[in-house]
Amino acid sequence: MKQPSTLFDKVWDAHVVKQITDGPNVLYIDRHLIHEVTSPVAFLGLDKRGQKVARPELTTATADHNVPTKDQHLSIKDELSRNQVDTLEKNCEKHDIPHYGLNHQWQGVVHVMGPELGLTRPGMTIVCGDSHTSTHGAFGAVAFGIGTSEVEMVLATQCIMQPKPKKMLIQVDGDLKEGVTAKDIALYIISRITTSGGTGHFIEYSGSAIRSLSMEGRMTLCNMSIESGARGGLIAPDETTFEYIQGREFAPKGLDWEKELAYWKTLRTDEEAVFDTEHHFDAADIEPMITYGTNPGMSVKISEPIPSSIDVEESERASFEKSLQYMDFNGGEVMQGKQIDYVFVGSCTNGRIEDLRAFSQFIKGHRKADHVTAWIVPGSRQVEKQAKEEGIAEILEDAGFVMRQPGCSACLAMNDDKIPAGKYAISTSNRNFEGRQGPGARTMLVSPLMAAACAIKGEITDPRELMEELQEA
Amino acid sequence: MALDKFQKITSAAIPLPIENVDTDQIIPARFLKAVERKGFGDNLFRDWRYIKGKEPNPDFILNNEKHSGEILVAGKNFGSGSSREHAAWSLYDYGFRVVISSFFADIFKGNALNNGLLPITVSADELAEIFALIDADADTTFSVDLEAQELALDATGKVIPFEINAYKKECLLNGYDDIDYLINMKSEIEAFEANR
Repeated sequence: MKQPSTLFDKVWDAHVVKQITDGPNVLYIDRHLIHEVTSPVAFLGLDKRGQKVARPELTTATADHNVPTKDQHLSIKDELSRNQVDTLEKNCEKHDIPHYGLNHQWQGVVHVMGPELGLTRPGMTIVCGDSHTSTHGAFGAVAFGIGTSEVEMVLATQCIMQPKPKKMLIQVDGDLKEGVTAKDIALYIISRITTSGGTGHFIEYSGSAIRSLSMEGRMTLCNMSIESGARGGLIAPDETTFEYIQGREFAPKGLDWEKELAYWKTLRTDEEAVFDTEHHFDAADIEPMITYGTNPGMSVKISEPIPSSIDVEESERASFEKSLQYMDFNGGEVMQGKQIDYVFVGSCTNGRIEDLRAFSQFIKGHRKADHVTAWIVPGSRQVEKQAKEEGIAEILEDAGFVMRQPGCSACLAMNDDKIPAGKYAISTSNRNFEGRQGPGARTMLVSPLMAAACAIKGEITDPRELMEELQEA
Repeated sequence: MALDKFQKITSAAIPLPIENVDTDQIIPARFLKAVERKGFGDNLFRDWRYIKGKEPNPDFILNNEKHSGEILVAGKNFGSGSSREHAAWSLYDYGFRVVISSFFADIFKGNALNNGLLPITVSADELAEIFALIDADADTTFSVDLEAQELALDATGKVIPFEINAYKKECLLNGYDDIDYLINMKSEIEAFEANR
């Protein structure tokens, strides 16, 4: 009888071209996504070696990290950004790589674009020179971020060298409380296992609370896997997955669809399979979460105070205090009621149509607080178009918000969308590192629901309070 | 394209006793706009190294003349966050050849090894010992012998063995490059594709 194996084993092992003795695996890659920031040096290397792209049709390019989020029809003002975006276009043209650049109807944040075009499918190996490639694990794919040397490997040979990670199971069972989203599950998990707890592992998420999530929610959760240090995270595909993929631009059609679907249905962890590490959580224990420090593991339930220095292990105290000092917070303080300056809704974590829907439904009938600057950035052109068609853009405008154009934007502030030094930003993105959203910027990570509540009140607000007010009204 | 061969190193070390140093601190995103690999060392730890982006911050360790060397010693979970290989490039370009920590983030570790920068993982106690030695004497030296997989604390004579994947060790010692290895495997890869 075959050894019982995990979903991760099944997908990984099917892609091993060679096991190097005492070394890594040579892993075949089904889908390679590239963007303007981590690809140019890889193309230069390829040229220096006199190599061609081995399988250009398996790579897809888009411009996202560097692009402005307004006046995209005009030439990019920042010279260095423009040069990177132009270089990507030239490299793709030279090597026959499909490229959805600025103003293309499919342009978008690379991890929003791939799934919505049906490029991301169960059982695939997917890589991109971006750590949030873990997003695509939501479809039961083995997807992870790589460095530029590895981008060059994939371009030249469609393979990379990787040691096989260990396997971790994270199971969340039970019903999620009202106001609790996939983002809160992600922040809750990282607050429990820490920002390095997943290192060396590939996570499989399971349990009834995970099953209940939409594909957008699953993408949000898998996206944040890297914030626990894990190489990636994946979820076994099911009817929710198949329904999402069917009919999308590059999804298999007709007989191909039937054939692929039959294979996808085999992609699950065998009952007797063993994981190297397991964590089990109760969905009922999860509340809307918010970060208070400078890594995504530093979050609390909105009803709980910031931990005090004495609650932290002695070896970690210096880093903890440095973090609070940067945020200008004190241990023991309550987050609720603190004034905020900026709200950013978007990114590969929470820039999908469902996120914009949740945000707009919440703010409908309210007004943005006057002192708050808000950037609502759709994850892709298609999300932008859909948001307009569904009337979301109008709801936003009526409440004093403006929808911008797609890109990574203030998530990493490579374009002009920078939070000024010392200002507090409520953000639906994935990293609250020092200076991530601009030098000196202070980031607090939340769900789109909490972002909406904070934008309306102008201070940190439990979204459930506003939901109650709405119900009473 | 061969990398520089990794040689034996004896050097003083620069201490950075902070945990979870993420790649956004090693090199902030706004310095990732180049299309060539050069000059990244200038922006290494940019926002910690300079005040308001210009003046050297006297409190930051790279601006402290007492400390120099090819070895960086950092707190737990070094290199977390983004996959930017620019982090490894900037450390190498600045002149580091070795980073010592009690824990490295996966992607950073892979990127470092692909660029001739050796990440050495030691225990939490050993890391504390190394920090204490540097604290007592900024000029104290450490010797790294990759062939023997040993890190020596020269002041005390203590030798700490370290782990490295045998394949990666060969690559570093000989300056081999994974990309050349894969290019030489092309017929095997094509056979794999044909048999799927």
